[in-house]
Amino acid sequence: MRVVGFTNAGLAFALFLVLPALAMAQDNEIEDIRTAIDELRADYEARITELERRLAIAEQNSTQAARAAQQVSQPAESGNSAFNPAIGVVFQGFLTGNDGEAQEEEGFVVGETELIMSANVDDKFAAYLTAALAFEDGESELEVEEAWVETTALPAGFSARFGRMFSGIGYLNAKHSHTWDFADQALPYQAFLDGRYVDNGVQVRWMAPTDLYLELGGEIMQGEDDPSGLGASSVFTNVGGDVGVSHSWLAGASYLDLDATTSLSMAHFVWKWAPQGNWKERNFVFQTEYLERRDSSTETGWYAQAVYQPIQRWRFGARADGLDLDGDDPRRYTVMMDWSNSEFSRLRLQFARSESAIDDGNQWGLQYIHSIGAHGAHAF
Amino acid sequence: MRRFMLTLLFLMASVTASAELEIFACEPEWAALADEIGGDLVTSYSATTALQDPHYIQARPSLIAKVRKADLVICSGAQLEIGWLPALLQKANNRKVLPGNDGYMEASSYVIRLDATANLDRARGDIHPQGNPHIQTDPHNISAVARALSERLVKIDSVNSEAYETNLEQFLIRWEQAVSRWEDRAEPLRGKRAITHHKSWVYLLRWLGIEEVEHLEAIPGLPPTATHLGKLTAEFGSGGADVIIRSPYQHAKPSEWLAERTGIPAIILPLTVGGTEGATDLFALFDDIVGRLIEVVGDA
Repeated sequence: MRVVGFTNAGLAFALFLVLPALAMAQDNEIEDIRTAIDELRADYEARITELERRLAIAEQNSTQAARAAQQVSQPAESGNSAFNPAIGVVFQGFLTGNDGEAQEEEGFVVGETELIMSANVDDKFAAYLTAALAFEDGESELEVEEAWVETTALPAGFSARFGRMFSGIGYLNAKHSHTWDFADQALPYQAFLDGRYVDNGVQVRWMAPTDLYLELGGEIMQGEDDPSGLGASSVFTNVGGDVGVSHSWLAGASYLDLDATTSLSMAHFVWKWAPQGNWKERNFVFQTEYLERRDSSTETGWYAQAVYQPIQRWRFGARADGLDLDGDDPRRYTVMMDWSNSEFSRLRLQFARSESAIDDGNQWGLQYIHSIGAHGAHAF
Repeated sequence: MRRFMLTLLFLMASVTASAELEIFACEPEWAALADEIGGDLVTSYSATTALQDPHYIQARPSLIAKVRKADLVICSGAQLEIGWLPALLQKANNRKVLPGNDGYMEASSYVIRLDATANLDRARGDIHPQGNPHIQTDPHNISAVARALSERLVKIDSVNSEAYETNLEQFLIRWEQAVSRWEDRAEPLRGKRAITHHKSWVYLLRWLGIEEVEHLEAIPGLPPTATHLGKLTAEFGSGGADVIIRSPYQHAKPSEWLAERTGIPAIILPLTVGGTEGATDLFALFDDIVGRLIEVVGDA
C-alpha cells in the first residue's frame, strides 16, 4: 500500500515533471503535423492545379483531334455547289482632281469592278473569266475582259490558250489593274495600246526545261477591222532567274504585228529584292519597259518605276514615263504611297505632274482597291 | 551472296541514277525529308528558306523553271502556298506535277490538321479553312508524311521501289528513337505556358504538352498592334506565361518589347530546317527546338 502510495506519489511527481514537457512535445508535434499537412495541401493543390491544366490541354487537344478526325472522315456534302468555280470580286474607286485642263474625270469615280471566276474544266482544261463592271456616263456597262480556256495536259512544256485574253506581250500588258503599282497605266500603254492589248485568238506558250527560266510564246489574234479575222500576231519571250537568295529578275522582248501597216516592238526588265527573300516585311521592285510603234512614222515610249516597302503594310513608289511623238514629247512624273491593311485591301494616295508641249498640269488621286472571295496567286 | 547481290543492285541503281528524280519542295522540311527517303536517287530543291515566311513568296522565274523540271512537287498544303504555288504550276506547263497527278502531294493531307474551321470570314485574318498548315513541328507528323512520301516515290519511280522502302524503314527506326529521346528530354516542359507570335506552333505545343495562352498577332497574319501588346503586358505582367516564341522570319520587336515589360523570356525557335545555325537537318531541328525550350523554361 505504501509502496503503492509512494508509487502514486512518485507517479504524480513524475507526471508533474513530465506533463508540461509532454504537453510541449505534443504541441510541437501538432505544429509539425499541421505544417506537414499544410505543406502536403499546398503541394497537392499545386499538383492538382498542374493536373487540371494538363487535363484541360488534353481535353482541348482531344476535341481538336476529334474535330479534325471528323473532318477527315466526313467528306464534303454533295450537291451542285460542290463544283463552284473560285469566285472573286475586286472593287476599285478613285477620288481625283487636277489643276490643268486634263481630260481625266474629276471627283469621285467608281472604277472597274472586276468579277473573276476560274476552275479546272476537267483533267485537260482550265477556264478563266474576268468581267469588268463599269459605270460610265451615267450608264452601267458589263465588259468581258478575259474569257479563255487553257490546256493543262499538253506534253513537253507546251500550253495553249484560246478565247479572249490579255496578250502575253510586254510586262504590264497581262497585269490586271488591281495589281498595278500606280492608279493609272503607264503612258506608252495608254498611247499605243489604249491601255493594253486584249483580243480574241489563240496563244501557245513553251517553257524550256532549263535551270534558267526561258519562256517562248506566240499568238494569232483577230486584229482590228480585219476581214480575214486573223489580222494580228505576236511573239514574245521571257528569261529570268535569281541572284543569290535576295534578288530576282525577269527580262523579256516581244513583237506585235497589229495589222498590215502597224507593228509594235517591246522590251522589259524587272528586278525584285527582299532581304533573305522574305517578302512580307521589306521589299523593293524596279521595273522598266520600252515600246516602239511603227506605222507611217516611228513613235517611242517608255516608263521606269521603283516601289519600296520599308515596313509591312506601307509602300512608296515613284515613276517617270514619257513618249517621243511627232512634234511632242510629253513627260509625266508620279509619286505614290499606299497602305494595305491586309493583302486584300489597299488605299493609295498618288500625285502626278504632266509636262507636254500643249499643257502642263498636276493631278492627285486617292484610290481604293479591295477584293473579296477567292483571289488567285499573282504572277511575278 | 545476298549482300553481294544487294550491293550490285545498289550499284546498278546508282548507275541508272543519272536520271535522278527532281523533287521540288515548297518548304525546307520536305526537301530534307525527300533526301532522307530518296537518298541518292533524288535531288531535292526547296522553294523557300527557313528565313522566309512561306505565306508570302513571289512566284519567281527561277521557281517556275524548277517546277518545269520537277518529277514531284511536295508542299505543306492547306492553303499555305495559295499566294504563289498556283502561279508557278500554271506557268510551268508541267502536267506531271499538277494537283490530281502522282507528281503532286500535300503533306498536310496525311496528318490530322488542327484548327480546321468552317467559320470562314477574312475579318478574322489569315485563317486556313483546312486547318493549320504548319504541321512539321510535331515529329509524329514527319513520320506520317515520310510513309506517304515513300509510297509516292515508289509509285513514280517503281524501278527503285526497294530502295525507297528500305530508306523509309531505316529512317523511321532512327526517327522513332530520336522522338522518344526528345520526349524524355522535354518532360519538364509539360504544362508550361507559351505566348506565340503567330499560330505557327500549335503542333509542337500540343506534342510537348505546352499550353498556348496567347498570340502576339491579335488577328492572324496582321502585324501585332500596340493595343494588343499593351493588353498582353497587363495580362501577363505578373506571370501566367513561361515563354514567348517567334520564328526566325518574324519581327523581333513585338516579342522583345513584351519580354522587357513582363520578364517572360522571348526566344526564337527554328520553324524548319535552316531556321537556326544548329537546325541543319530534321534530327538537328528537333534537337535544337527542344534544347532551346529546355534552356529557357526547363527548370522553372
